Amino acid sequence: MYPAKFEYVRAKSVAEAAHLLEEHGDEALVLAGGQSLIPLMKFRLSTPKYVIDISRLSELSHLQITERGLLVGALTRHAQLAESAAVAEHYPIMRDAAADIGDVQVRNLGTIVGDLAQADPAGDWGPVILVLNAEINCVGTRQKRTIKAEEFFVDSYTTALEPGELITELLIPSAGVNSGGAYVKLGRRSGDFAVASVALQLELTGDVVRSCSIALGGVAPTPVRAVQAERMIVGHVVSEERMKEVAEMVHDAAAPISDARGSADYKQAMLKPLVRKALAIALKRAKREA
Amino acid sequence: MKTRVKIRVKVNGETTEARIESRLLLVDYLREELGLTGTHVGCDTSNCGACTVIMDGRAVKSCTVLAVQADRREITTIEGLARRDELHVLQKAFWEHQGLQCGFCTPGMIMAAVDLLGKNGMPTDSDVRSAIAGNLCRCTGYNTIVESVLAAAVAMREGGRTVK
Repeated sequence: MYPAKFEYVRAKSVAEAAHLLEEHGDEALVLAGGQSLIPLMKFRLSTPKYVIDISRLSELSHLQITERGLLVGALTRHAQLAESAAVAEHYPIMRDAAADIGDVQVRNLGTIVGDLAQADPAGDWGPVILVLNAEINCVGTRQKRTIKAEEFFVDSYTTALEPGELITELLIPSAGVNSGGAYVKLGRRSGDFAVASVALQLELTGDVVRSCSIALGGVAPTPVRAVQAERMIVGHVVSEERMKEVAEMVHDAAAPISDARGSADYKQAMLKPLVRKALAIALKRAKREA
Repeated sequence: MKTRVKIRVKVNGETTEARIESRLLLVDYLREELGLTGTHVGCDTSNCGACTVIMDGRAVKSCTVLAVQADRREITTIEGLARRDELHVLQKAFWEHQGLQCGFCTPGMIMAAVDLLGKNGMPTDSDVRSAIAGNLCRCTGYNTIVESVLAAAVAMREGGRTVK
């Protein structure tokens, strides 16, 4: 299988990439790792006239902890996040997601930002950046702007990015000392997209949950927050009984469809154990027991 | 529309140069332009891993990499592992432990194992299984493949060698 013919342009700077994207509009697509783009092009689901390669831009290659949080450059590969000691220590939820995407080969090339820009409803990073309140920094030819994670996903495969805009980095705000998170996913087999997935991040004061965010993947056109379930946890000590109630409560936030990965009922049913598992792991991590 | 590009790729230690169509896939550059047919095309959809090669030290699926992405990078294929008459430690281990039946998936399995042993010289059974999760063997001889990789890791340690 071959992609349709296209003109390959290797951007020499972020500014040039933004300029090319604006100039060519819908006819141009961005190549970073290519692990979503190239399969789409081979199936001719995408037939861009221009492929703008940003993969050589060192200004997008950073991954660093700062006072504001973790800065993740647009070229950061899943494998880098999976192998980073700093990520494992401060954002174990990101390590969970990074280590379970695709397979080794895909993780070696694929990028977190490419996954987000693709906005597959069953993508792994969407729910994770929602619960981490990530900020998505973009440039266009006229202005820079920051999009909040909760405003980024518009519909399936559709984001808030404007034509000509390029994501340059993510800012993952610092997590508090007594916080913990987890990402758990049910896949049909190794390396597959999620049948359903749950990202959960919480912060404790003693045994009481001070804040909690839960997001679901694979069960709606975009990753969605389970706000009612979050409210059932905040301000409480999480008992076995409450854990059960919370798992029941995510039902209303999800609107899965039946497809090759499972029936809508099955996905709804699987959310419950996933939420319980994510909650249990997050609590342990927040208490530094795991 | 300009659809041709010039690339320079170091493959198994030798610099190669070509003017190619921008849509040419790395696997086809290796097989069709360079005649390195040890890298196989199985599914052609990034699932089976038969086309796995090492690009700048990391395993990638060459059916899902454009040849132009490999410009000015270093590629190692299965042909680049043996030294003259001496098989690579992984090749020897696959031979000795019957890590292959039909052999179609073998180049990809070995290149995925090269990536693993480059990062982890003492892998567990489970490390090996994770490392080859992106490689399918339709003879389903996974156990002997895992045994082969573990044996290669032992041979590497005993011989004081690295995977390269």
